[in-house]
This record gives sequence, structure tokens and C-alpha cells, in this order.
Amino acid sequence: MAIAENTRAQMREVLDRYPRKRSALMPLLHLVQADDGHVSREGLTLVAEMTELSEAEVTAVSSFYTMYLKREGGRVRVGVCINSLCAVLGGDEIWEALADHCGVGNHQTTDDGAVTLERIECQAACTYAPVMTANWEFLDDMTVAKAKQVVDDARAGRPIMSTRGPVVRSFADAERTIAGVDDQLNSEGDHRDDRMLAGLRLAQANGDAERSAAAERQAAEKVRGS
Amino acid sequence: MPLTPVLSAHWDEPDSYTLEGYRRHGGYDALALAFAKQPDDVISLVKDSGLRGRGGAGFPTGMKWGFVPQGDGKPHYLVVNADESEPGACKDVPLMLANPHSLVEGVVIASYAIRANHAFIYIRGEVPHAIRRVGAAVREAYAAGLLGTDIQGSGFDLEVTVHAGAGAYICGEETALLDSLEGFRGQPRLKPPFPAVAGLYASPTVVNNVETIASVPSIVTNGADWYTSYGSEKSPGVKLFAVSGHVERPGIFEAPMGTTMRELLEWAGGMRKGHRLKFWVPGGSSVPLLTEEHLDTPYTYEDIAAAGSMLGTGTPMVFDETTSVTRAVTRWLEFYKHESCGKCTPCREGTYWLVDLLRRLENGAGSHDDITKINEVSEQIAGRSFCALGDAAATPFPGAIKYFADEIELGTHTAASELYDPVAATVFAGVNA
Repeated sequence: MAIAENTRAQMREVLDRYPRKRSALMPLLHLVQADDGHVSREGLTLVAEMTELSEAEVTAVSSFYTMYLKREGGRVRVGVCINSLCAVLGGDEIWEALADHCGVGNHQTTDDGAVTLERIECQAACTYAPVMTANWEFLDDMTVAKAKQVVDDARAGRPIMSTRGPVVRSFADAERTIAGVDDQLNSEGDHRDDRMLAGLRLAQANGDAERSAAAERQAAEKVRGS
Repeated sequence: MPLTPVLSAHWDEPDSYTLEGYRRHGGYDALALAFAKQPDDVISLVKDSGLRGRGGAGFPTGMKWGFVPQGDGKPHYLVVNADESEPGACKDVPLMLANPHSLVEGVVIASYAIRANHAFIYIRGEVPHAIRRVGAAVREAYAAGLLGTDIQGSGFDLEVTVHAGAGAYICGEETALLDSLEGFRGQPRLKPPFPAVAGLYASPTVVNNVETIASVPSIVTNGADWYTSYGSEKSPGVKLFAVSGHVERPGIFEAPMGTTMRELLEWAGGMRKGHRLKFWVPGGSSVPLLTEEHLDTPYTYEDIAAAGSMLGTGTPMVFDETTSVTRAVTRWLEFYKHESCGKCTPCREGTYWLVDLLRRLENGAGSHDDITKINEVSEQIAGRSFCALGDAAATPFPGAIKYFADEIELGTHTAASELYDPVAATVFAGVNA
């Protein structure tokens, strides 16, 4: 494994964002994973050099955070939220079914190298429970059938559509996005679903939205006039 | 109580997340109003509005800003806590997806007020689409001269760095977040000194939640009187409530503080058909659960506290009668055990033992001694750790046994899965395709 020149250039850009080099450590480790699929020995050494830290100091950090991997996983990391709310609403059934369907356990990868299954914690998407992720893109309102379909699609190399973002991309691309590299996919996905608009639509229907906006206008005029 | 869409007023527009979409409705107009004031006057305005931190603790925002020493010759920093990871909390990520520019505009105003020239937005790593949207908003703002040097001819300079975490709930704790941002393991610091005095790089730093900062532009535009016209004296303003769980229509409802859970539940279409409320958690798993008798409690910091819980993130999780409270509590404790950073012994060891004891009860293999021990261990954790994660871990069980002692007791002989069929609790109960 080697860190490509393109990635090294992105790493230098990351360093420029921070007043102190050490602060760049986390995005740099995400970029290492983009190239090597995990925090590789070579990546570790490179990051230590760039941040002027010892390898022990870098390892102390990389071993603390769950998103930094000790070994390479499957092409698609499939996460099932098993925190209380998602678990009760169906996450536990989904997990059992997927583990059985794939024949692997937590943090394990299918024989074909396609899928790594993970039990994940709350994803800040509770109104869509039960929730899953694929390479960290949202898969909302999951059922056992939909979950199996995601895994089957991943194993067959078919595209997986996320619910509020773009088509699920490779683990490498996801890591680059997380490190702050612009992937031009900002406009993908539609946030205007019934969970997001539940309150707004109700407020529009019963006149609350207009009354609230009028109160704002009136107050704003007063502020400008004073 | 009426609904009051302010932050969410234009989420139904396809481009609400773009600069153009934000400006269509007066976005960034608050900036000029803020620059026309002295920074101290912006702080006073936010103090007068009574805005309190929306991340969970509810600390008065203007007061926090006022703690930053001025004229001290040190750089100041604003750090936005966008590490939304609290079980049940799901309002900041939606806000960042739909309206990231309200956050960016709030960042500029807050930085101007506390005299910071570099701000950081620390987003949890597991939400790439939120990272995209906020990153794009920051780039758009730079291109439009709303960030960078001499913003809109004000003479004020601001750099904004979007930073992603890597999967650690503890980094939502403000001092752990600062350690993480400095490139260390995310472990909390002993306070004092508080971040306002010695925060990022030992410099004065304000750490605020996403919703808190995003609320600032509307307060600048509409004034403190407008904000305090909503809510109670101690809990003014409007808030994003996110209702999840066994309700007909889960979702986000922006409404005044003081709204009751009964109203939220009604807006969410009530409990799912054929079921009744068992318990609800007002603001994340770190606050004690409440029951039907608390439905009319106004959602204010003081009223929820008087009812024996905390407002927290204001994102109620709702569970019906098919839910085993022992199972829910055990799973929350498994979360705290997983996320304990290991720095403080009571939390690191205590969460381990709590999970062990709770699993016995969940499996119907517990004893009365176990229940006593869980209470004792909880007491030993609470107040004995550096940060609130320890206190949070000590919260779910005492909260649950207060109302469900009989049910928990059944764990001494019967498994939770026998008492409560897990399939019945799923959203696809019986119709699993």
C-alpha cells in the first residue's frame, strides 16, 4: 500500500486549515484510510512526519476513535443502529437477519470482501428509525427485507441509493469527503421528506406559519426603525 | 401552542441549503445589523434574548460569550459543537442538511461578538452528507465575501474550518471536543479553568451547539423582545423539537419553549394505532424518563426539571406498551459503556458493572441484590467523574425504577423478551416483508 501523490497533496491542504499541525491529525488519518482502507503502517509514519509527532502519539489517537480501522474491511461498510430506540423499533431484528444472511458477526467481512457488518450507535436520525448506514450514507426507515437488499446489492456490485444523500460511494471516497475534500455531491439527495417537514406542513396548513412569519416581519421592522 | 417555523421556515424549498436559497428570505441580513453594533452590544442583545444552549445543558448563551476576557492579547476561538450523538437527538444534523447557512451566519456574528478570528465547526465523522452541506455553505460564504478578510467592509476577519470527528460520543462534551480538535484522544478536561478562559490551545474559547448558533441571526434580525415573546421567562424562544419512536408521524416540529409533550404527541399523530404510551424521554438518553402523567409538563428547563427530568436536547423518544423498559435501559447502558473514554475510574468500571448486572435482569437471571447493586453503582458514578457522561450513565436506571419497579423486579425470574415480544415493538410488527 502506498499513499498516492494526489492524497499527499490533499493532506498538505488539510494541514493549512489549522493554526497548529497536530489539529490536522484526524482528517489526515481519514485520508490515510481513503488510500489504504485502514490506518496502515506507512500512513501512520507519514502522518507522524507531517504533524511532527511520534508514531506512538499518532497511534494513541487512532486507537481511540472507532472510525479508524486496524485492518481493511469490505468494500461497503454496512452499519445497523442498535441503540435503544432503533433496536426496539426493529434494529435488533434487522441485525439478526443480516448477520444470518451474511454469515458474519460484528466487524466481520463477507468471504467475497464485499460487506463488513457493524453494530453502530445513534446516528442522529431517530425520526427515521430503524436506521442503517452504508459507507456512512443514511439508509432510513429500514426493514429486514430492505436491509437484505442493501447487502445483496453491495455483493453484486449494484448501486445502493441512500435516502437523504447521494448514491453510496466507495469507502475511500467517503473517507475523503469526511476529511473535507469537496466531492461536488452537495446537491445530491433531497432533505424535504415527511419527517423534516412534519412541523412546517402542519404550520402551513393551520395558519401558524403565516402568523409566525408576520410576527417576525413586525419585529424586524421595529429593530430596523430603532 | 402554535407552531413557529423560524429556522425551519423554508425547509420545503429544494435549495434551502444554498446561499441563494438562504438569501431569498433575508439570509445574511443579520450580519450587517450585527456589524453596525459594537461587539459588546451584540453580546448584550443575546443576553437580553435569554437564549440558552440547545445542546443539552441549557447554559445562557450571552453569559457564556460574556465570560471571554477581552483585550487579553490572546487569540479567541469559536467552536461549534456539531457532534450530535446523544441517543434520541436528531435536530442538528437535519438543520445542517436543510439550512447550513443559518449556522454559518450565526458563526460570523458570534465570532464578531467574542472577537474570534478563527472558528471551527466540529461535525461528527459519521454524517458525510452533513459535512458536505456545511462544507459547501462555508465555501459559498467565502466566495461571496461573507467569510475571510474584511467581511462586507466591516474590518472583521474570520476563517472557518469544518472539522470532522471519527466516532466518539464523548467528543460532544465540550472539553473532550477541544482535546480532539487539538489532535488528542477525546477525553474531558478538569474544569475550571473553563473554555471561556482556557479552551482551544489554552486560549479563550466559546463552545456552542449548532441550534444555539443558528438561532443567533434571527435574534439579531428580530430583536430580543421578539425572542422573549415566546416561551417562559427562564426558557425563552423557540426550539426544534424532534419526536421519534412509537408515534404515527415522527418528525421535526419547531415551536415555542413551553410546548407540552401532549401537544408534540398530537402533532406527531398520536401513538401508533392500537397502542398506548408507556414512557418518553424528554431530551436524549442522558435524562430520566417520564410517563403519561407528565404529558402536560411545559417543555421549559425549569418545568421539566421540576417533573424530575431534564430538557436536554428537546428531542423526545416515545415508547409504547410493547417496550421492555429493562431492555431499553440495558441498551443505553451498553452505549455508555462503549463510549466511556476510560479516563475516570467510576465511569469506566461502573458502566462495565452496570451492563453486566442489567443484562442479568434482562435475561431474567437477576436477583434482588443485583437491583440494589445497580442503584449503588449508579450512585458511585454520579458526580464522581470529570464530565457529564458519567452522570448520564447513572441516570437511566434510577429514572426507570422510579416508575417501573415492578417490571424491573420481574427480571429476577423472567426474561424481558418473554414479557415483551420484541417483534411486537418493531415498526414492522407482524407485517415484516
